[in-house]
Amino acid sequence: MPDATQTLSYIQAVQHGLRWSLEALDDTVIFGEDVAVPGGPFGATKNLHRDFGDSRIFDTPISETAFLGMALGAAMTGLRPIAEIMYADFMFVAMDQLVNQIANTHYVSRGTYGAPLVIRTQQGYSSGSCAQHSHSIEAYIAHTPGLRLAVPSTADDAYQMLRAAIVSDDPVVVAEARMLYPTKGDVRLDAPVEPIGGGRITREGADVTIVAWSRMAAAALEAAEELAADGIDVEVVDPRWLAPLDFDLIAASVRKTGRLVIAHEANLTGGFGAEIAARAAEECFSDLRAPIARVGAPDVPTPAAPALQAVVIPSAADVVSAVRRVVR
Amino acid sequence: MSAVGDIVHMYREMRRIRAFEDRLMDLKAGGEVPGSMHLTNGQEAIAVGVASVLRPDDYVTATYRGHGWAISRGSDLTGLFAEVMARSGGVNGGRAGSPYFSDASINFLGENSIVGAGVPIAAGAALSAQRHGQGQVSVVAIGDGATNQGAVHEALNLAAALTLPMVLVVENNIYSEMVRIKDMTKIDQLAIRAEGYGIPGVTIDGNDPAVVAAAAADAVERARRGEGPTLIEAMTQRLVGHHSGDAQHYRPRGEVAEAALDEPLHRIRSAADATLLAELDAIDAEVTAEIEHAVAAARATELPDPNTAKDHVYA
Repeated sequence: MPDATQTLSYIQAVQHGLRWSLEALDDTVIFGEDVAVPGGPFGATKNLHRDFGDSRIFDTPISETAFLGMALGAAMTGLRPIAEIMYADFMFVAMDQLVNQIANTHYVSRGTYGAPLVIRTQQGYSSGSCAQHSHSIEAYIAHTPGLRLAVPSTADDAYQMLRAAIVSDDPVVVAEARMLYPTKGDVRLDAPVEPIGGGRITREGADVTIVAWSRMAAAALEAAEELAADGIDVEVVDPRWLAPLDFDLIAASVRKTGRLVIAHEANLTGGFGAEIAARAAEECFSDLRAPIARVGAPDVPTPAAPALQAVVIPSAADVVSAVRRVVR
Repeated sequence: MSAVGDIVHMYREMRRIRAFEDRLMDLKAGGEVPGSMHLTNGQEAIAVGVASVLRPDDYVTATYRGHGWAISRGSDLTGLFAEVMARSGGVNGGRAGSPYFSDASINFLGENSIVGAGVPIAAGAALSAQRHGQGQVSVVAIGDGATNQGAVHEALNLAAALTLPMVLVVENNIYSEMVRIKDMTKIDQLAIRAEGYGIPGVTIDGNDPAVVAAAAADAVERARRGEGPTLIEAMTQRLVGHHSGDAQHYRPRGEVAEAALDEPLHRIRSAADATLLAELDAIDAEVTAEIEHAVAAARATELPDPNTAKDHVYA
């Protein structure tokens, strides 16, 4: 089909995924702060209110607890809500609804009630973003049984994984990367809807495995190019989903290369990198030829000033240093 | 069966709730109920009065003090006993227990152990109802203490802004867990908070099921007409503690005894003539038999299979 693949920005891919959900599924409704008439604070819902109206997409009061709870009640009674939390940091305002309510519903009801809903948000730092607009929340979400978590790092993944989340019968948090919104890539608009889960090897290599997601997935590829010039052959794995985590893919890569570096933007203590490192130590110990290395922010709140941010935000250079430590 | 104002029907339903909970206390004393329970003794008229005006396809959400709300909606007593007794025959197979069960077969979205958290969820059911356009209503019960939770404020404002078909019932039993609500808030009547959301609010006698039914009928009809939420504050008293092991040292001497003279079952019996009294006695005997049958049936179900403990985390 012509135009089945288009070059789109990450945020345009999200827009297409949301439009697809409204067209394909009568039960989807989209709500959140500034999503309807304003078209979304980052443009994710541009023109959707114009085309689908109040009954499918509407604005809520600035009340995260109320509208995440509303998403749950609606999902329990036949709708497929897509709620937008403007900044991932604001999820903490509504953690009761996420952790005590949404995540428990299917289990505690013994499957007689479900919570087929999607919470879209975006995370990570940007220039000038303060400590309340910079959190990478993946470890908080992935720690909670009952939730699914997507961390797309490309425009195509932003589209495909959002659609997978929408058709899933589990509650799914899609944590997009704000810094990637302008980045462009080919998006397969007519691809079949994927099941949730499944990582991807984005660069094959023999010497060391880098596992990285969200903004750091691109940083890892950049680092790999730089290292290649020095004759270090890097394999990059983008897990794409942290729940369910495709650990088999990571383990196979580690068994091949014998070295593992994990890179994320969140701070290190209790970060999801620690989970991957622990599992690799448990399941791939005899294959490892060097200690596992992690790249992440130090345990410091994110400062607003770019001059200070530059010190704490992980970069491709940090990934390069970590790889050099483990291949020494 | 339309039972609005049918006092005999409502007496029977209230008696079933009271007998269910009294029997649970016996079972707990006998070691057959793990954990604590939050009983609704004295407050039965509220759930029963509201239930009498609801349709089967309406949604109900309650707090952890929710046994009466499920029973008033027709949840199976065997399944409820088995749930609280942690058996496989429970409505949720023993995963929820006394304070957190749900029953999808009767559109009972569940109790909630987080104070006030059910109101946003009820708003979501009201959103479904609004979108499905079949005139369904979402009723949510909370205690007086929950009115001080942010979730309740947020959800009421949101439900009002979106004109959702929701009815919030505040069971004001004077105590916010173990402290008096009057010491936790500066207003005498919680219903006046409704004005802040731009919705109607009424304070009613919650120990008279007919009064409750009349107020609920107004609110439910308003919601079905698409005019949005209503707040009903139903005044009542707990004849028991906050939870099943609460010795209530914080309550003044004589308060419970006085409340017992005004509780809904006593009220009906003390006003009944000899003919009605005989009818009520017969109901009590029937309910006792029903309860014993349900307990036996619950006991006859197995303990949950340990191999299923990890089932149903995901769909």
